Amino acid sequence: MVNNISIEEIYKIIEQVSDPEIPALNVIEMGMVREVFFEDETLKVVITPTYSGCPAMNQITCDVQKVLMNEGIEAQIITRLSPAWTTDWMSEETLEKLRASGIAPPKTKVSTLDPNNLFNIIKIPSQIECPFCSSDNTKILSEYGSTACKSFHYCNNCLQAFDHFKCH
Amino acid sequence: MTYTDEIKKHLSIYAQRHGDDRLILGHRLSEWCGHGPILEEDLATTNTSLDLIGQSVMWLKYAAETDGLGKTEDDMAYLRSEREFKNVLLVEQQNEDFAYTTARQFFFDVYDLIFYSELRNSTDETLRGIAEKSVKESTYHVRHSSEWMLRLGDGTEESHQKIKNAVADLWMYTGELFFMDETDEILIKEGIAIDLNKVKTLWYENVSKIINEATLEVPSLDTFMQKGGRKGIHSENLGHILSELQYLKRAFPTAKW
Repeated sequence: MVNNISIEEIYKIIEQVSDPEIPALNVIEMGMVREVFFEDETLKVVITPTYSGCPAMNQITCDVQKVLMNEGIEAQIITRLSPAWTTDWMSEETLEKLRASGIAPPKTKVSTLDPNNLFNIIKIPSQIECPFCSSDNTKILSEYGSTACKSFHYCNNCLQAFDHFKCH
Repeated sequence: MTYTDEIKKHLSIYAQRHGDDRLILGHRLSEWCGHGPILEEDLATTNTSLDLIGQSVMWLKYAAETDGLGKTEDDMAYLRSEREFKNVLLVEQQNEDFAYTTARQFFFDVYDLIFYSELRNSTDETLRGIAEKSVKESTYHVRHSSEWMLRLGDGTEESHQKIKNAVADLWMYTGELFFMDETDEILIKEGIAIDLNKVKTLWYENVSKIINEATLEVPSLDTFMQKGGRKGIHSENLGHILSELQYLKRAFPTAKW
């Protein structure tokens, strides 16, 4: 039953699943699906969670299984922690989609944590470009926003509050 | 990876200890939900709680696996009693006021960041994975609680007094963060666990820096320190926490998500 379906087609099916907290992006664009392969006639889908406590994870896992089941494919989900998920895995195209949906994309590439200078991180993140008017004249309201992956900002130019997807 | 039964036994204890720290602290922080002093802090506190509880799932899952008794992470969280919990006493201390919660969090966050950073070098693949994932979350936590230490310490007379009291009262619980016994020794030999003495030096250095900047006095490490949690001896607080945390599962054992 599964032999006549290609891995590309499987990816196409999984693309139907979006992150319930960021409906603009599907799980492939989020970079959460790391690998898809058949082993002993069973389809395995390797997923890397975004945040440890992300409440959407369970839903995403169920949704991936459901869309595949709709096509008659039974899948086993494998959770892989290492290498840890990073916003660096989002493509330019994905970042643009985030911006278009009103969420400022992660600004910089994630820097490697320097083990000799761990506490160098104690600083307010620099100004984030407003996803609505592209102004840099913004301020941070809270490092913690509507979900674990976002911080909350305000644009002094267009007077609009907005979410920012944190570098991770 | 194949370990001997002896190693597995200690690995399970190790994972329980560090998983329980995060589960209990995560639960404590969740008690602020809807009670934060301002909306942003309500969100920050509960988001940190979510990170810690999420991390505890990974730890306790591994504890259950290495335990070899066919348990799940839910069994570990919901079906153990006080004496079976191995968290440090610091994390079960009451929220009291925002200053207490901040000081408790600050002491833990600084430790947590160093701990995870070191654990990324573990020879154990699962622990390495947990550390790589969690260390990123720790950087946010430590920044948040450090900033509040500064704001409260170097703030008004009232905020200064409150954070001063909190630091003084909670200091005696910090020593246990660096508790080591044969479990650690055996696992360190295998390159699985990390040496907490190294963490302790770095912790004191960085905690002192912030406490000084917050215009507070840095307490000495050579003072009386509470211990017991790592061996399952807890304060009265833990029973109250578990009665709430485990209520649903114990009252409705067959309930499913």
